[in-house]
Amino acid sequence: MEIFGVPHQALLGQLLLGLVNGSFYAMLSLGLAVIFGLLNIINFAHGAMYMMGAYAAWMLLEYFQIGYWWSLLLAPLSVGAFGILIERVLMKWIYRLDHLYGLLLTFGLSLILEGIYRDQFGVSGQPYQVPELLRGATDLGFMRLPNYRAWVVLVSLIVCLGTWYVIERTRLGANLRAGTENPQLVQAFGVNVPLMVTLTFAFGVGLAGLAGVLAAPLYQINPLMGSNLIITVFAVVVIGGMGSILGSIVTGIGLGLIEGLTKVFWSEASSTVVFVIMAIVLLVRPAGLFGREK
Amino acid sequence: MKKTLMATLVGAAMMTGSGTMFAQGAGKGADKGKAAGGISGGVVKIGVITDMSGLYADLGGEGSVTAARMAAEEFGNRVAGVAIEVVGADHQNKPDVGANKIREWYDTQNVDMVSDALNSAVGIALAKISAEKNKLAMISGAATSRLTNEDCNANTIHYGYDTYALANISGNAIVKAGGKSWFFLTSDYALGHSLENDTGGWVKRAGGEVKGAVRHPLNASDFSSFLLQAQASKAQVVGLANAGGDTINSVKAAVEFGLTKNQTLAGLLVFITDIHSLGLQNTQGMYLTDGWYWDLNEDTRKFGKRFFERMKKMPSMIHAGTYSATLQYLKAVQATNSDDPKVIRAYLSKTKMNDMFHKNAWLREDGRVIRDMYLMQVKKPSESKYPWDYYHVRATVPGEQAFQPLAQSKCSLIKK
Repeated sequence: MEIFGVPHQALLGQLLLGLVNGSFYAMLSLGLAVIFGLLNIINFAHGAMYMMGAYAAWMLLEYFQIGYWWSLLLAPLSVGAFGILIERVLMKWIYRLDHLYGLLLTFGLSLILEGIYRDQFGVSGQPYQVPELLRGATDLGFMRLPNYRAWVVLVSLIVCLGTWYVIERTRLGANLRAGTENPQLVQAFGVNVPLMVTLTFAFGVGLAGLAGVLAAPLYQINPLMGSNLIITVFAVVVIGGMGSILGSIVTGIGLGLIEGLTKVFWSEASSTVVFVIMAIVLLVRPAGLFGREK
Repeated sequence: MKKTLMATLVGAAMMTGSGTMFAQGAGKGADKGKAAGGISGGVVKIGVITDMSGLYADLGGEGSVTAARMAAEEFGNRVAGVAIEVVGADHQNKPDVGANKIREWYDTQNVDMVSDALNSAVGIALAKISAEKNKLAMISGAATSRLTNEDCNANTIHYGYDTYALANISGNAIVKAGGKSWFFLTSDYALGHSLENDTGGWVKRAGGEVKGAVRHPLNASDFSSFLLQAQASKAQVVGLANAGGDTINSVKAAVEFGLTKNQTLAGLLVFITDIHSLGLQNTQGMYLTDGWYWDLNEDTRKFGKRFFERMKKMPSMIHAGTYSATLQYLKAVQATNSDDPKVIRAYLSKTKMNDMFHKNAWLREDGRVIRDMYLMQVKKPSESKYPWDYYHVRATVPGEQAFQPLAQSKCSLIKK
């Protein structure tokens, strides 16, 4: 069977790979959406945090012989801790200012971070092996799917849905959302709002760190790996609706699939298609697919 | 509020694409006026235009500027009675950024010769501007064979290697070893297309077949879909018509998807920095063509060691080529007491070039430097005895066989 001249088996394979890429988009855009939705900060340093997560995994292995599984926990924690530092030292001064200041601050921060890593490690990057347990591939009939990629999709889905559940369905999430709407009132109820804000930021960038660890065995760990991805991820957030948790998850995965299909039919356009969709969405629904006009 | 925010964000997202990070060597205002002899501006100034921050920065970048400085130091930083200055700039892999910098150098900074130009689109821009401003381009970075064909001119010397030689040597060797059917994974810009066309031509001439190609955007981080298409083609050989980080990520994904079990990878533009970064485990057995290797002989090892002391890595063919281009240029300036591009070129066409980069290399009338090239095979991890011990030299191909014969050249300088 062929669809537009492409065997359906090849098409299925491409869709599956699109799903893997979509999982990365979803997890990265989720972190951005959490930070924007709850803190109103456009975190342009998110790509750099993703890169730092990957490097943290590599450094843990290189300098401390700590393997992948521990890195999965330790790298996001260390990136989160770094997030706490920049939130406390830099971010807290600009919450009251226009969004543009946050954007410029984080953009500058990401250039500095990339510069430091490039200076230290060069641009060719470092290799990171797939963990023993997840090596090999499963034959699905239409393609050979490396086990590690399946694992990425699984982790990403669990993390995304878990985050959505906590923010939208639990008391903690309700406090968070209330704290961003009216900090004074929530503080009056005895909730430590500044602490909550700091931890939310740390969680958001920790998600980027986790995505970095997941990406480490797949792509070469290199200082620019974040900036190659971050523009697409921002497009995902804009299409999904700024700050919408569900929107970022659904759009992330959806755009991964669309990009996968573009690679089959017109591979040259695969890096552009996301932005074409962004332009159309902005014309038709300026607040994004899942966003609400304020 | 939200609308304006979105607009800002979209604008900013676009902006990062052109994030300006400038690395530039100290460019002191040169004193104007003619000095003794025929040296314009009273200084011999060499510009190294390269990728300082992007995917090719390890192949060229700061290392190329250092290499050019090493050549200048061999002259005690003075030639023909005037000072030598080396400046470097980042073209960010954008021909317009590179072109602006080159124009600025030529117009206002007294730069006499520009080298490296890693990235074929920048290389072509450099060639055109050098002809327009009557300066000299000694391109050791860019690979496209257009520089000695459609885009050749009297002010451009294509120094180290080109896509024709890479294609010819890799293509020939692999077709002869039985890899008859090919599929290309091509980086969608000048270099990728050039590699694909040239190698495809060789494959067909050697009796092979090209089953197709997939074009990927520059800096594509995920190559899995492209590799799946390469796998579906069932071609025996998958030619990687890309470079730098793109090649690294394609090799990684090819190993992951098991492509290397049934198909052979042919790196059409693979550098030692790529092998270093991927590790021998991922690359062992791969054939590639290189114009230079630090472990060829005593001279190359000596240069490698000197370079390593400064850069903490072994030089690539581009570093060595930029060093050699600068050295030969300075020798010509010394011998002719002039920095006029026509005089320098005439001198270089009459003289054999000898240094640690090549022996008895010579400049052909289309601007091509004819020099030996090497077919390498990546060592197994067990065969590598010391750091950076990566290659077996499988063949030394004489320049006359490696490069495009003059008769085939489309260069307008050749009288037919």
